[in-house]
Amino acid sequence: MTAIEAPAPLDAEEEARLRAARRDRIAKWALPVIVMALTLVLWDRIVVWNDIAHYILPAPSRVAETLVADWAILGPAAWATIQITGLALLAAVVGGVGLAVFFTQSRLFELSFYPYAVILQVTPIIAIAPLLRIYIDSVYGVLILCAWIVAFFPILSNTTLGLNSADHNLRDLFRIYGATRWQKLRYLQLPAALPYFLGGLRIAGGLSLIGAVVAEFVVGTAGQSYGLASRILEASYRLNIPRLYAALLLISAIGVVIFAALSLLSHLLLRKWHESALKRET
Amino acid sequence: MPPRRPLLTLSGVGKTFAGDVVALRGMSLEVREGDFISLLGPSGCGKSTALRLIAGLSHPTAGSIRWAEARERGDIGVVFQEPTLMPWATVAENAWLPFRLRGQSYSAVKDEVREALRLVGLDAFAGAYPRELSGGMKMRVSIARALVTRPKLILMDEPFAALDEITRFRLNNDLLSLKAKIGCTVIFVTHSVFESVFLSDRIVVMAARPGRVEREVAVGEPYPRDEAFRTSPEYAALCREASAALHAAMGEAA
Ligand SMILES: Nc1ncnc2c1ncn2[C@@H]1O[C@H](COP(=O)(O)OP(=O)(O)OP(=O)(O)O)[C@@H](O)[C@H]1O
Ligand SMILES: [Mg+2]
Repeated sequence: MTAIEAPAPLDAEEEARLRAARRDRIAKWALPVIVMALTLVLWDRIVVWNDIAHYILPAPSRVAETLVADWAILGPAAWATIQITGLALLAAVVGGVGLAVFFTQSRLFELSFYPYAVILQVTPIIAIAPLLRIYIDSVYGVLILCAWIVAFFPILSNTTLGLNSADHNLRDLFRIYGATRWQKLRYLQLPAALPYFLGGLRIAGGLSLIGAVVAEFVVGTAGQSYGLASRILEASYRLNIPRLYAALLLISAIGVVIFAALSLLSHLLLRKWHESALKRET
Repeated sequence: MPPRRPLLTLSGVGKTFAGDVVALRGMSLEVREGDFISLLGPSGCGKSTALRLIAGLSHPTAGSIRWAEARERGDIGVVFQEPTLMPWATVAENAWLPFRLRGQSYSAVKDEVREALRLVGLDAFAGAYPRELSGGMKMRVSIARALVTRPKLILMDEPFAALDEITRFRLNNDLLSLKAKIGCTVIFVTHSVFESVFLSDRIVVMAARPGRVEREVAVGEPYPRDEAFRTSPEYAALCREASAALHAAMGEAA
């Protein structure tokens, strides 16, 4: 017997698997970029070849130029939309998780208030926004409230589900060891709810942006303008289509960044233990 | 050998669930310190119900369960059929749980946790997460958690039923040596005649509909028991006796 054995040669199947994994890693980034590039080229060619006026369909280069040229207007608007979305999401997390915890601690509390959470959820935000505008002076406040209303329900319902999903044998174990309510919440229910909460958070992130934009369409037009939605309205009145596209581009970019950030957060928090974040060796 | 002191006594214990489901009727049993008792019986004969009553997870609708001394937190360890680990916690954190729920910090009980993991042969895996372990290893963590507080009584509900036979034999052997080392009392639920004979000094054979004790089979063989015991004629004879009792309990000819 030799002391050092040569590593066993990989068999063909294993090599093929490695190649496929490498190819997937590259393709995951390369393919969307290629599709994007092709779309832009095609868009540009269509505009040029058909001689389409920029106030009907601006070429991608024109949108980019507008984005830079109008940054003094679009930048602050984007920042306002980001703030509204972020604050609403934060409030949704605090409210949703807090309410979910109360729901699981007291059945009576849940029975009393759950129906109202549902009513809040099913009433279209467009219908409530003008009313809120009457009662609340600050436009900023109304926008945050609207975005909050749409964002908090997925967090509430997912977290409630998660808090109740802890393994029943583990719950028995906690009882046998005489765990207090607080210990049970802290060491069992909250960790068990984390994957559910993060799922709800990802949905809520997108919804709070939608809520912020939609609410602004409804309330933000009274002379003052805040975020990107009023810039879009304004641009459409003036037939400033390149700016409209630039604002749209910013909204999509914000949405994508929120989604990516929340996905990353979810991955970082769950990668050690949760099935959804596992890359199993086959 | 001095007579064993009583640990707890079940007298005429019954449990009837809503809808008149009689899960258990008139179960009397004296558990003495150091006993290894198996509850053996067909599905639905109330084995898990009896275990839950002893654990204090539910209360008898008839009869009583009396402890010789007042029960304290951590006097009972439990092992379920599934390992029932917290997937978000490491092996060491899982084994720490009973202490943690008593408000003891990890650093205060580090030695006990390490020792429990060493006893089940998993000290090298203290920092691993449950998903990185095999089924048998998860079960060992579950056992380490049950014995980390050195409880007087460990309740096990078909702990090895989901494991392959080789792993099950190994864990049976290890369970006996663990019990000898820490000197606890064990009540062990099983479907397997062989397992119950190998492990216990008393087998309580139970019957279903309604759940009740059919008879008790005493296994007089001394501990430690090893692989040689598995092939001995005494073992075979005891298996036949327990098997006959089980068949009688199921209402069939042996
Ligand atoms: N919470 C409950 N509510 C109503 N009936 C129950 C409940 N728990 C158990 N039972 C009934 O009591 C009887 C005994 O159940 P138990 O779980 O104790 O059986 P078991 O011997 O552990 O069976 P198995 O070997 O399949 O685990 C069964 O008929 C079962 O349907
Ligand atoms: Mg059972």
